[in-house]
This record gives sequence, structure tokens and C-alpha cells, in this order.
Amino acid sequence: MTVTFYVPRDSGALALGAERVAKVLQSEIDSRGLDARIVRNGSRGMYWLEPLVEVETLSGRVAYGPVKASEVPALLDNGMGQGRVHPLWLGLTDQLPFLARQTRLTFARCGIIDPVSLEDYRAHDGLKGLENALTLAPAEIVAQVTESGLRGRGGAGFPTGIKWKTVLDTAGAQKYIVCNADEGDSGTFADRMIMEGDPFVLIEGMTIAGIATGATKGYVYIRSEYPHAVAVMNEAVEVARRAGVLGKSVLGSPYAFDMEVRVGAGAYVCGEETALLESLEGRRGIVRAKPPLPAHKGLFGRPTVINNVISLASVPVILDKGATFYKDFGMGRSRGTIPLQIAGNVKHGGLFETAFGLTLGDIVDDIGGGTASGRPVKAVQVGGPLGAYFPRELFDTPFDYEAFAAKDGLIGHAGLVVFDDTVDMLKQARFAMEFCAVESCGKCTPCRIGSTRGVEVVDRIAANVEPEKQIKVLTDLCNTMKFGSLCALGGFTPYPVMSALTHFPEDFRPAPVAQAAE
Amino acid sequence: MQSASIDIAERAIGIIDQLKGKEGPLLPILHELQAEFGYVPRETLPIIASALNISRAEVHGVFTFYHDYRDHPAGRHVLKLCRAESCQSMGGDALADRARELLGIDWHGTTPDGAVTLEPVYCLGLCACSPSAMLDGEVIGRLDAERLEEIATEVRL
Repeated sequence: MTVTFYVPRDSGALALGAERVAKVLQSEIDSRGLDARIVRNGSRGMYWLEPLVEVETLSGRVAYGPVKASEVPALLDNGMGQGRVHPLWLGLTDQLPFLARQTRLTFARCGIIDPVSLEDYRAHDGLKGLENALTLAPAEIVAQVTESGLRGRGGAGFPTGIKWKTVLDTAGAQKYIVCNADEGDSGTFADRMIMEGDPFVLIEGMTIAGIATGATKGYVYIRSEYPHAVAVMNEAVEVARRAGVLGKSVLGSPYAFDMEVRVGAGAYVCGEETALLESLEGRRGIVRAKPPLPAHKGLFGRPTVINNVISLASVPVILDKGATFYKDFGMGRSRGTIPLQIAGNVKHGGLFETAFGLTLGDIVDDIGGGTASGRPVKAVQVGGPLGAYFPRELFDTPFDYEAFAAKDGLIGHAGLVVFDDTVDMLKQARFAMEFCAVESCGKCTPCRIGSTRGVEVVDRIAANVEPEKQIKVLTDLCNTMKFGSLCALGGFTPYPVMSALTHFPEDFRPAPVAQAAE
Repeated sequence: MQSASIDIAERAIGIIDQLKGKEGPLLPILHELQAEFGYVPRETLPIIASALNISRAEVHGVFTFYHDYRDHPAGRHVLKLCRAESCQSMGGDALADRARELLGIDWHGTTPDGAVTLEPVYCLGLCACSPSAMLDGEVIGRLDAERLEEIATEVRL
């Protein structure tokens, strides 16, 4: 019997040496004349164990990790091909607590299948959502998505079904589906992981969106910092086109849908939907004023659905298993599952898909296992560079759109960056302003000018120049940016700044500490 | 010199012709030009403008807006260090200082021997194995001072 090994091609695994592991494993297979093959899968999302090598056994897939290329020969000598015990042996992959505790709906196949094998995708329930969608009228598909309670996973949390309905109801000779894969927030990598690990689910989701709204053309706008995701998506689109999933007749139906991958050029602001549309059109990534909404006048002025990768990739399971199935997960108005991305100074960093409702403390201490450095957790930034810093006192906040908003934060794209007690929160506040200044598109004044003034004010606080007065100025400036900016870049930069200031005031008042020390 | 310019123009026209039929072709064209030449030669901007029937100012505006596009060649190697929050939480700032010290250049600078260009990057999506970097398109996770020193030596060989 041919033995099947799995060595991820996910960039996180590659960054930790998976390519060398795969090469050495292949050459060992060849030189030993083993009847074995290597599948280059996506990542299971347990990055402290990457490169995670798996082997198929009669009782299931057995994992070894983290594997160094130099350890491969010894692993084979010790019976890795049969799943035998070794110091790097972790047991059955599915039973690893980090995986067993998850509810994987969107990421059900990620790390399991060969990302670019459509046969593998079909064998693991792929295309069932699309097949179901083809039996429904467009309005019924939209109703399913609305009913599921799915909200935009990019951060804004707008109900996906409502967006789709607007596009469906808007007349247009040409409509578009645009996938926002400009995942620029630090601490987030769910979009990258799904595009590298299960690209067909995104293609399927976009195709369903096209059929539901009458759009025949789709674009995936991927940031240039993700060359591997771009390569896998391009490969998958080509496979899907050859297999008739994409093209003039989607799976033999009367519906046409095709799509193209486009690459960004290093502008963070292009993650903002209207700036992204400008960029796709070939212009500077300058934010548009709304209205008109992209649903009415989007790409090239035509009705456009613009959704985040995870929103679109969650659609197939909804159409496959039904709106109620999906809706039954979660809490309050946050329905379904959310792929948490646990990152930064954390012991067990990775992707953890679960129903909404876990508390921040559960996520950081229990699932994440605390800091990698072993020092106490001081702050967790949730939702990227525009998200608030949460102190331990707020660790009882449940992961839910509204609960986070009530604590002056946001869940954003569900990335969490953990910091230990060595972090200087004034420095983090300064960085937030500096980042906004670098990345501002320059269209609106609060963002363009406010961010630069913000850096200066924080510097004056650091230099102890009338700190109390400067803190008032900073608070006032944040208020202006929050309510006066055109988009979330200027509008949300106050979140990290104000949360740092509110929850960690000691870092903004260096003087009394210095005096006390004397 | 003149023949070099003609050569650049000819190669650019070939690329532009291939891509100008796309919807919103400007970014794909600039990407391809950069892939071809290693940077986007200034003299190609008016050629693009005329092929797409847009103003030179518009092409210039787009070209200068995006961080990725260069108007001069980079070093033989390009080292990108992530400067974003997740990498900061794992000592990224200290590594960044060390990199500048080791290479003797600041951000966006190229060593005098043309060996390496150092660039900041804001997130490579490798946040669960911070600090991260990218060397000539190859991703590196859990970067530490030792590996950084190896890189600084390797790129100058």
C-alpha cells in the first residue's frame, strides 16, 4: 500500500522550513525505494508545531512536529511511515486538543486536502453548496445567506445577505463580485491560510455570490505580501476553469461566472473597500465617499458585491448544510463561527475556528497558553492595527461584535496579538499614529494631518512636555479623527491610541515614576 | 545609452500590449514592468499613458502612490523585515535596529556594494511565528539575531 505523507505548503510552514523537510523526505523516499507519496497540504493552523508532518494510517492521520529537515531520516528509521511513536510524535492529528476543541465549518478542509486537487475537494463535501445553489432561485440563495446571520468577516460586520440583496435588486448590464483579500492587519492570517489551504472554497463562495446577484465576473484582490496565496489561487482558478466550475456554464448550468486574481501593490489602505475598487480600476488607492454604495455603484460604476475572503468562504457550508445549521452556532447577533487568529507573543499561536462567544481570557490563556516568553500578559490587541488594546481586566469580554463594541473595541478580522509585560503602551500608541500617517490615502484631513499631529503629541508626552495638557490634546484629536475621517483608517486609529491611554495610563506618565524611583 | 532606452521601450511596449485589454490594466502593467526590469523605468510612464489613453500625471500618480513600485533597481537581494505589531511583540524592533546596524543602511537603502536593499513591510501574515521576514520572496519565520547575522553575511557573498 502506498504511504501518504503530508507536508504543508502554507507560507507559515514554509517560513519554518517545510520546503526543506519536503525535499529531504522525497529524496529519502527515492533512495530507500519506499512506496510513498507526499501531498503538499495547507496548514492545520498550529504554528508552534510547524512544520507539521502527517502520515496516513489505518486509524487516521498521525502527526509529527515540529520537524526539522535533518530529523527526517531518523523519523523514517523509527517507523514514521507506520505512524510509530517518536519524541516528535503527537498522536492522531484530529485528537490534538487544539484541533479537537474547534468547530471547523469554513476551515473544514484546510490542512486536510491537497489545495489544488478538485477531486480531493469534492471528496470532502466540496461543491455541494454550489450544487444546491444551482437548484435555487437567486432570491432564495440570498435569503439563505441572510437567514444564516453571516456578517462581514473583514471587520465591519455588515450582514452579508443584505449586501447581496442590494446588488440583486440593482439593475446592471454587468455586475461584479470582488473579494477583498488585502489582509493587511497585523495578527491576521485567516485569509492567507484559506487561500493557500483550500482555495476552491473561496472560488465556490464567489461563484455562489455571482449566481445569487447576477454577477458574471469576479476579482480576488490579494496583497502582494502574499506571493504564495497568489500562486495557489491562480493555480486553483485555472483548475476550476478547466473542470467547468468556472466559465460560460457553471457546472453545466445556464449561469456564467469567471474570475481573475489581481495583486495589490503594498498599500494598506486598499483593504478599505472603496480604495480597493479604485486600485482595481487602476487608480491611486484613494477612499471614495459613500454613498453611492459599492452595491449600487462599485467597480467601474457597476453594482458590486465586495466581501472579505472569510465571508465568501463561509457561504458554501451555509448553502450545503442550511442557514439554520450555521445560525445555531454563536451568540446574540454574532452567528456562526469565527476563525480566531492567535498571534504575537503567545505560546500556541495559530488559527482556531469556533462559535462566537468565547471570552478573551479563554482565548489568550487557555487556548493560546499564555505568552511565548513566559512573562505575564499585559495587553492584547484585537482586530489589527486599528483595534483596541485590551488589558487583563477586560478578559471576561465575550468574542462578539457587540460585546467588543461595548468595551470600545472591535473584533475586526479576529486577529489577536498578545504582548507581555515588557511592552511600552505609549510606544504602541505612537506606532498606531505613525502607521496611519504612513498609510493614509490623504483624501480627508483628520486622517492625513491628524495622524502626523498625533505622533508629535505622543512624542511630547514621552518627552514630558506638559503631559496632562498633551493628553487632553490627544484625546480631542482622537475624537476628531474618529468622527471626522472618511474611512476606518483614520476613524479607527483612535481605538489603539485611546485604549492604550485609558487602560495603561501609567505608561503615559513617566515623570512620577521617575521621581518615585529617585 | 540611446539603444538601451530603445530596448527598454520595446520591451515595455510588448508588455503593455499584452495587458492593456484587461479591465483596469494599470496595476498589472506596472507589476509586469517591475518584474521585467526589476524596477519601473521612468521612461515607460509616458508610453503607458499613451497606450491607455490617460494622462502622464495619472500614471505618475498611481506609480508613486504604491509602496511596491521602485523607480531604480534594488540591490541583488531584497530583505524585508516585518515592522508590524505582532512582530513588535516578539522583539522585532530590536532585530530591525540590528539589521540596520549590520548592513549599515537605513530603511529603503541599498548597501554601497549593491548587495542588499532593506525594506520595512507591514505584515507578511506570519504572525503566529513572529518575528518574520522575507528574503528575495522567501518567507522566514521566528527570525532571531543569529539567523539575521547569517543573512547579512550570505547576501554579501
